[in-house]
Amino acid sequence: MKITCTINGKTYSNDIEPRLLLIHYLREVAQLTGSHVGCETSLCGACTVEVDGKAVKSCTMFAVQADGAKITTIEGLAADGKLHPLQEAFWNEHGLQCGFCTPGMIMASKQILERYPNPTDEDIRHGLAGNVCRCTGYQHIVNALKAAATSGARN
Amino acid sequence: MATSMAEVQKEKLVGKRLRRREDPRLITGTATYVDDIHLEGMQYAAIVRSPHAAAKIRSINTKAAEKAPGVMAVFTGKDTEKVGGVPCGASLPGLRVPHHNILAVNRVYFVGHPVAVVVAQDRYLAQDAADLIEVDYEPLPAVADPEKALASGAPAVHPEWPDNVAFTFHQDGGDVDKAFAEADVVVKQRITSQRLIPMAMETRGVVAEWRGADRQLNLYTSTQIPHLVRTLVAGMLGLDENRVRVITPEVGGGFGSKLNVYAEEALMGFVAQKIQKPVKWIESRRENFLCTIHGRGHVDYYELAAKRDGTILGIKLKIIQDVGAYHQLLTPAIPTLSVLMMPGIYKTQNIRADIVGVFTNCMPTDAYRGAGRPEATHGIERMMDILADELKIDPAEIRLRNFVPNDQFPFHTATGLVYDSGDYAAPLKKALDLVDYRKLRQEQADARKQGKWIGIGISTYGEICAIGPSPATPAGGWESATVKIEPTGKVTIMTGACPHGQGEETTFAQIAADELGVGVDDVLVVRGDTAVVQYGIGTFGSRGTAIGGTAVYFALQDLKEKIKKFGAMLLECDDVTFSNGKVTCNKTGQSKSVPEIAAAAYRAMKLPPNTEPGLVSTRFWEPPNFTFPFGTHIVVSEIDGQTGDVKIRRYVAVDDCGNRINPLIIDGQVHGGIAQGLGQALWEQAVYDESGQLITGELTDYAVPRAHMMPWIESEHTTTPSPVNPLGVKGVGEAGTIGCSPAVVNSVVDALSPLGVRHIDMPLTPEKLWNILSKGA
Repeated sequence: MKITCTINGKTYSNDIEPRLLLIHYLREVAQLTGSHVGCETSLCGACTVEVDGKAVKSCTMFAVQADGAKITTIEGLAADGKLHPLQEAFWNEHGLQCGFCTPGMIMASKQILERYPNPTDEDIRHGLAGNVCRCTGYQHIVNALKAAATSGARN
Repeated sequence: MATSMAEVQKEKLVGKRLRRREDPRLITGTATYVDDIHLEGMQYAAIVRSPHAAAKIRSINTKAAEKAPGVMAVFTGKDTEKVGGVPCGASLPGLRVPHHNILAVNRVYFVGHPVAVVVAQDRYLAQDAADLIEVDYEPLPAVADPEKALASGAPAVHPEWPDNVAFTFHQDGGDVDKAFAEADVVVKQRITSQRLIPMAMETRGVVAEWRGADRQLNLYTSTQIPHLVRTLVAGMLGLDENRVRVITPEVGGGFGSKLNVYAEEALMGFVAQKIQKPVKWIESRRENFLCTIHGRGHVDYYELAAKRDGTILGIKLKIIQDVGAYHQLLTPAIPTLSVLMMPGIYKTQNIRADIVGVFTNCMPTDAYRGAGRPEATHGIERMMDILADELKIDPAEIRLRNFVPNDQFPFHTATGLVYDSGDYAAPLKKALDLVDYRKLRQEQADARKQGKWIGIGISTYGEICAIGPSPATPAGGWESATVKIEPTGKVTIMTGACPHGQGEETTFAQIAADELGVGVDDVLVVRGDTAVVQYGIGTFGSRGTAIGGTAVYFALQDLKEKIKKFGAMLLECDDVTFSNGKVTCNKTGQSKSVPEIAAAAYRAMKLPPNTEPGLVSTRFWEPPNFTFPFGTHIVVSEIDGQTGDVKIRRYVAVDDCGNRINPLIIDGQVHGGIAQGLGQALWEQAVYDESGQLITGELTDYAVPRAHMMPWIESEHTTTPSPVNPLGVKGVGEAGTIGCSPAVVNSVVDALSPLGVRHIDMPLTPEKLWNILSKGA
């Protein structure tokens, strides 16, 4: 099947198998390997990307369902060589260790801050419930979201 | 909040909360993990695995798979029989080591045992074809519980050893019989440390590329020990070690589960040779649960002998270790670490330990964060509370009465260790102050009157880190570093350690920048490629900084001496000082910078006497001892009387890891360690049913901590430098995990103590606590 979609502002048109998962389309067809496969069952969130403005676990969506969609992945967050406030905040607050969950964690965080511009700890922790990190114990990630909410408001 | 680099460039960097230098690639999605590697002509492998815990393989029909679209090859155990077995690196007297084929031959021993491999042009086609392979199994009785496996008449995991005993181990220290004879009180308890699944976020993965003309194998693998993988996989495949290049790109977490050599690493090397094309295998999460090592798996029987005043006289411990179906790299060594750690940080000199390692039809256990020390700490810290309860002594007080006193370091333990340094009361007192312990006990008493279940739990832990001196380890226990000052003065560090989240690209640069007086951005840390980095051991056992960092430190000292020689020559001065990145003549005040000296050292127009050109030093540092971090964790928990759910109201951690290179990174290690300890205490358990099926085989059934489940951690520290290494560091990667679980369980048992509860085994699920509350009420 032929699909056309926009990823990080660039148009992609490809002829693909209907069963191809969106995460494999992003990683292997579009060659954007920043989004990761952590569980294949939508439980860990490492594959989280933004599809038409909504955070989506791309391991449980078919690529053909994204026909016509506007997709943002971790590679599309930094603009003009400047990191997104969330990327800066994860860096400053040591919100990552091995980094494998980080792209999905940042994409899910983006959605949380869009919904809750001044999030409480509880907003953040419940918002991140679908994203597993095995390294940080989440505390520095919570700090990063709070810092990003503050700096994002300034930008 | 991290300190920005501009602010700190001129001052000492060691001790600063510097944000990590490895992060830009990780936060932008540009880092390269194994699954991100694509080689020209690369094929994909899918592995067929046993659905039975024990079965004979009558036949395997691969015909349909071979004809399936896109399939290049299919291999079974008959094809790979000549490949060497999966290695066990540990040795014990009388150890029984079953031959561990990389693909099963004639018989399978656990669910997930690899039986065949299919190679196809993409991962979907490989999986399609794998589903077409027909294996005719004859199921056999299986045993999944180690205590049942020891009972007479139990199914034999390996027919040649019908008693299922994999090994036994005995250690005596002091006079334990006398201690128990003289005791006022003896308390006993059976305590389990359940099987856990390490669950690194990145599953395992291998890309193998065979360069036939050179007889060279390039192996990209997600591991903590690239050089050991090279040596052992070369041996399994019969290749020259120097023609196997192991490349460890970004590693998405390990926690011990990648401190191993796995069947799939050799299998992909075998496949790449056969098909003459690169091949990739990426473990699914389901495979990760079934076929990457598990942790813990202890049933422990403790006996503690004490005087009426709470002084411990002696400890007896019997460990039943669930080995699983095979030994992986370090399997039998792990419970021996529990024995070494069994006295905790208490001064008793009388111990007796017995281990029985038991084969079961399950995935092998091996090193998982803490590896043997969490089990031991959980045991002794639970027993301290049980003893305190028996003698009606406050749990903080009974610990203070038994601590090794400050004037007895270095302290020789009954298990043969020499604790390097310690001030065990300091973190306890600090933690008690932080929670306002007396007030807290009063609040607890008041809350009880209102029918609330509130508990306070203390754990005063010690651990064995910086593993370790070579004589105490199965492979070498040293670590290597090469430091090169390049002709332009830039500094390259090649470490034999293999960090995978621990931040050594930053901490090692901090050490080098301070020693050489250069900027932290002038330093590059390289690791994880056996063709680039000198032989190294790897990252595990809280050894990265304490051993790897020390090797870097000594290489830097060599270079500082050489820099001084070149500086003296260039300045024509015999009295020079090296500081702040400059060699200065003490007579004239003239100086030369590191880049100026580096240029001269490589240009070599003139050389100081008996000095070679260049500025490179390689050091292999052998530590004279382990290091022994310690600390106190205090947990205040409340149990919901209606549901049995545990809420952690406060978590205070006071950890002493010696000198601190980067406190921001240390905080992260402590938080993450506690998350894994809390996971074990409250939620996680790998459950095999009676037939050997892993019924917690996916993230749906296995409860790893998520953001909303974690409490806020109040992290503090004391600082007792280690005399073992010149940096004075001890290691911190495992402290959180080791200190955590007994603090949590002690708090919950304390909460339920009005019901006469003395012990509860982990995990403390709501169901378990609800049942206790229901019976009690």
